[in-house]
Amino acid sequence: MVKSKENARSLLDPAILKPAVGASFKKLNPRDMMKNPVMFVVEVGTALVSVLYIADFARGRAVDSKLTLQLIIWLWFTVLFANFAEAVAEGRGKAQAASLRKMRTTTNAFRTLRAGGVLPPVSTGEGRARGEIISATDLKKGDRIYVTAGELVPADGEIIEGVASVDESAITGESAPVVREGGGDRSAVTGGTRVLSDWLVIEVRQDPGGGFIDRMIALVEGAQRQKTPNEIALTILLAGLTIIFLAATAGLVPSARFFAGDISILLLVSLLVCLIPTTIGALLSAIGIAGMDRLVQYNVIATSGRAVEAAGDIDVLMLDKTGTITYGSRQAFEIVAAKGVDATLLAEVAMLSSLADETPEGKSIVVLAEKTLGKRVDAADGTPVPFTAQTRMSGLDIGARVLRKGATDAVVKHVTGLGGVVGEDLHTEVRRIANEGGTPLVVSEGSRALGVVYLKDTVKPGMRDRFERLRAMGIKTVMITGDNPLTAKKIAEEAGVDDFLAEATPETKMAYIEQMQEGGRLVAMTGDGTNDAPALARADVGVAMNTGTQAAKEAGNMVDLDSDPTKLIEIVEIGKQLLMTRGALTTFSVANDLAKYFTILPAMLTGIAAFQVIKGDPHSSAFWTLNVMRLGTPSSAVLSAVIFNALIIIALIPLALRGVKYRPMGVERILRRNLLVYGGGGVVLPFVGIKLIDIVVNVLHLA
Amino acid sequence: MSARFYILLIVFFALVASVAWPLGRFMARVFAGTNNGSRKVGWPLERVLYRWAGVDPNREHTWKGYVMAVLGFSLLTQLITYVLLRLQDTLPLNPAKLGAVAPWLAFNTATSFTTNTNWQSYGGETTMSYLSQAVALTSHNFFSAGVGIVVAIAMIRGIARHETDKIGNFWVDLVRVHLYVLLPLCLFYALFLVSQGVIQNFLHPTTWGTLDGATQTLVQGPVASQEAIKMLGTNGGGYFNANSAHPFENPTPLSNLIQLVSIFAIGGALCVTLGEMVGNRRHGWAVFATMTLLSVAAILVVNHFEAQGNPLLSKMGVDQTVSATQPGGNMEGKELRFGIADSSVFTVVTTDASCGAVNTMHDSLTPIAGLVPLLNIELGEIVFGGVGSGMYGMLIFVILAIFLSGLMIGRTPEYVGKKLDSRDVRFASFYILVMAVLILSTTSIGLMTEAGRAGILNTAATEISGAPWKPHPHGFAEILYAFSSAAGNNGSAFAGLTAYASDHPAFYSVTLAIGMMFGRFLPIVAVLAIAGNMAKKKRVPPSPSSFPVGGGLFVALLTGTILLVGALTFFPMLSFGPIVEHFQLAAAASVAH
Repeated sequence: MVKSKENARSLLDPAILKPAVGASFKKLNPRDMMKNPVMFVVEVGTALVSVLYIADFARGRAVDSKLTLQLIIWLWFTVLFANFAEAVAEGRGKAQAASLRKMRTTTNAFRTLRAGGVLPPVSTGEGRARGEIISATDLKKGDRIYVTAGELVPADGEIIEGVASVDESAITGESAPVVREGGGDRSAVTGGTRVLSDWLVIEVRQDPGGGFIDRMIALVEGAQRQKTPNEIALTILLAGLTIIFLAATAGLVPSARFFAGDISILLLVSLLVCLIPTTIGALLSAIGIAGMDRLVQYNVIATSGRAVEAAGDIDVLMLDKTGTITYGSRQAFEIVAAKGVDATLLAEVAMLSSLADETPEGKSIVVLAEKTLGKRVDAADGTPVPFTAQTRMSGLDIGARVLRKGATDAVVKHVTGLGGVVGEDLHTEVRRIANEGGTPLVVSEGSRALGVVYLKDTVKPGMRDRFERLRAMGIKTVMITGDNPLTAKKIAEEAGVDDFLAEATPETKMAYIEQMQEGGRLVAMTGDGTNDAPALARADVGVAMNTGTQAAKEAGNMVDLDSDPTKLIEIVEIGKQLLMTRGALTTFSVANDLAKYFTILPAMLTGIAAFQVIKGDPHSSAFWTLNVMRLGTPSSAVLSAVIFNALIIIALIPLALRGVKYRPMGVERILRRNLLVYGGGGVVLPFVGIKLIDIVVNVLHLA
Repeated sequence: MSARFYILLIVFFALVASVAWPLGRFMARVFAGTNNGSRKVGWPLERVLYRWAGVDPNREHTWKGYVMAVLGFSLLTQLITYVLLRLQDTLPLNPAKLGAVAPWLAFNTATSFTTNTNWQSYGGETTMSYLSQAVALTSHNFFSAGVGIVVAIAMIRGIARHETDKIGNFWVDLVRVHLYVLLPLCLFYALFLVSQGVIQNFLHPTTWGTLDGATQTLVQGPVASQEAIKMLGTNGGGYFNANSAHPFENPTPLSNLIQLVSIFAIGGALCVTLGEMVGNRRHGWAVFATMTLLSVAAILVVNHFEAQGNPLLSKMGVDQTVSATQPGGNMEGKELRFGIADSSVFTVVTTDASCGAVNTMHDSLTPIAGLVPLLNIELGEIVFGGVGSGMYGMLIFVILAIFLSGLMIGRTPEYVGKKLDSRDVRFASFYILVMAVLILSTTSIGLMTEAGRAGILNTAATEISGAPWKPHPHGFAEILYAFSSAAGNNGSAFAGLTAYASDHPAFYSVTLAIGMMFGRFLPIVAVLAIAGNMAKKKRVPPSPSSFPVGGGLFVALLTGTILLVGALTFFPMLSFGPIVEHFQLAAAASVAH
């Protein structure tokens, strides 16, 4: 999360804005514009009036050139602003990908085996005895490469041989190196990471351009962006509206002719451009690219935009207990003394027996005991007794004192073996702890059982709040754990999840996902192991951890570079934000039309003589009564509407890129709020905006 | 506005709601086949009909099958009606010895009644024999209403069902809607009308002496039976040219009120049926509330402008105030029996629904009051609407409203558990597109051709340079109204327009028929395609994150969408008609002061 702030670029970064200006012009190519039906119509209409204008000019025909020229320029601006929005969004993504790309092109690879070649008889562990140096971009899927300490991994792949520590900070931002080795859950390496020690033989798993970095570059740049299902549906609706408004505008011509009047093509095009949903049409692709970009800022890579959209629709969130909901290590929670035992003595023995214990459990016992004692006891002269699978105890021998802690039955056996008796009160305590889902550790000195340490899996702070927020969003959270149902229930209650899946196996996870999907729900989950792969593939949003296996990464449709399972919640929020932004701007765009009708329509119809009381004076037309906004002149009204229509695109670029702020609250409240802001605002704002522009236009005598 | 007007409004909508509730629930059972009581009587008859027609009642259609059945049935009955009208002079029950109906007129009429438009380019009593009225036309009143209802039911079924490609059996639905809904209702309704004085006989036209000594011929016939389905089925084709303004069709204030209720009865009931079938009553009532809201608003506008009267007449010193001796307001084209309030309500109700029956001449309304019915029709008559067609039209707007703003809650838009995809949006857009393009293009043709302009009654007082004809906004509105009425399958008119003249027999007959056909069947195809697509989907169980489809927020959202997407499209053309006419009238009135 710290990362995201680091990566968040200023919206006014000149490094992005400058090239975007150039790109806006390049994007005028009709072949590109055709992908966006709304803006394509604007471009065609504008080109048409421009050609007519030039033709008139060349023929020396008298035209009201001042107004005409201004209108044409603003119509072109409308198209350019739309392109600019897209270019800025792409630019932000490009900046993100640029450093990655740089790294990629300079990498060389040492190929030991061509794809499909015969494996050399001698182990490749001997180093560079045989092979060739080629550019990383020439690597093919199935090639084997040798990477040694200090070198960059040139491509995504699976470790065939070797163990090495790898610095993945370039991808994840995490500076601590991780150990990678063949044949397990940690056998995947990512192109662009650096081997710090030892060597690896890696089999390349992606053809050039298909690798991780390539995918990231392509996605954030928007180059390979495919329209998502919602985007397609929205584009169809916008195209439909465009045709309807085209018909409505075209209908003016025979209507005017009926009254022996004529409406210029320029005015018709101006009206059309103002009516068709240009605001959302212009910003639609920028919204999509920006959504992807936001995800990347959170260090998550999606394999498709579809996955990001699906994230917004998630109904069920399956979260691993260990590491996501809880710390994963059991922590000492309580130290309970047996009858007649001094609490201080128990705490001291518990601490001493745990001093040499380097496990998180052991450390937490020391911390808790220190709280009780108020000090740390030294045991320099003792002999530590390590934990073994046979004894299932650990402890310390100091002189004659034999201090132990361990599993209940093991310690009971140890104590009775020395002639001691374990009291019934201690057994009751042990059962209570087990029932509550905790792990009891019995502490003893010699033949005397002193008490019990209550180890408990601790829920991370703040999780309850987050689940509360998810519930408000209508998302059901499910905790997955290998624990028995009793323990699982206890932790589930503590963490505030809605449901849990205890004693989970890959099969039960899969079955649970299918059961949820059967009921029409969308499921998201995280996973890292190869055995998670089927469930990841089945889930609607499967987020693989970057530390996971290649199989898991291939199966999921997102990869979290930080390997932080809680990020699923952010992913869902980003998905929702993407959809909300689209919806908000669509509503805004459609609502804008009311004011535009009242601006342009009366203005353009005032020219029809049949309705002018004083012939030749447009202000005397009955249509000018429709000018409810009291705009200066028919010309200034048209110009103001067209200017507003163009400027609103620029004004909304920041909103499109940042996204509508997502607030976790009930659906009804979100809807009411957004309807009021974007629907109500969409009706009111253009009235105000056009009026203000009209005042400026009249003051400056532009029309 | 009088207290009587408000009482009328409240009583009227209370009656509609109290009819809608039981009828809607009953209809839900009828189409699920669980109306056990009435089926005891009806099933033997149903079985005979299915066996006779070779229909297996248990085999349901896919959406394409349903479309084929609807089209096949409609076109076949259309052809039969055409033949009957053409052969009218050789067939029995023709005491007035009326000749065969002219070819273009017969084509236009057959199309008009098949599509539930009931546009009448003729005067009923002077053109149609008793047989034509009672068999050829009245049967269509039933069939076209039945088709509308079952298409709406098929769409609701598609929404309610999940993971199937079947949306019901058209023939079974059609038989049931007649057997259990339309015929029984009409039977009682017709008896009620007879009790109020509506005639029902096969007598020869009778001649009477009038008070001032002249003689008058009174046409007789089976009026009550046609009147009942004309209203309940939102057909609107009157037996008499004067339609529901004629005392034989609409004799008393009570018959007028019940006629109003009957126009909305099935449309309102379908809201309840929707709630029952999709398992969300709140949603059904939210749709009902939206319709009521739009209807009341329209009635208030019409009543306001009609009660004000014509400012030009006021200027000339004509007393248009309400007093004990006169109803006041704009009484041109109105029945004195009904006055402003009943006429205003009737005007709105008949165009909210795609009825088209009139008790007032819409051509004589003040400009803004005339704008309202025109806009009602152009919205697609979704306010209670034509039986069935109003419901499926409204559902299209529901889908659009949810899609437009549903994204704003951060989820893929979802309608009662069904995620809306690009296919739904494509067909919903197509539906809206058809209405807009059809009305705008046919009107343009009417405006631009000589044959089109020839029908206009209202022209300007003076020549306008550049136009050899005398264009007046009201004449413009006559053409716009005709083509809107045709495409919207309404059937009412700015009756100044002469739609059938012997020197231009084909123009309006054909263009209006095309409007009616496309306006009826293209939307039906889109609706059934959506039904099929919806039925295939999985159904997400309702959860706190589902899109709220009940309550005030949804009503506001739906109303806003209808006005922004539906109404604004027609704003440019409307400005040339009633809107500019209103301003001209206001300006002319102010000049004299």
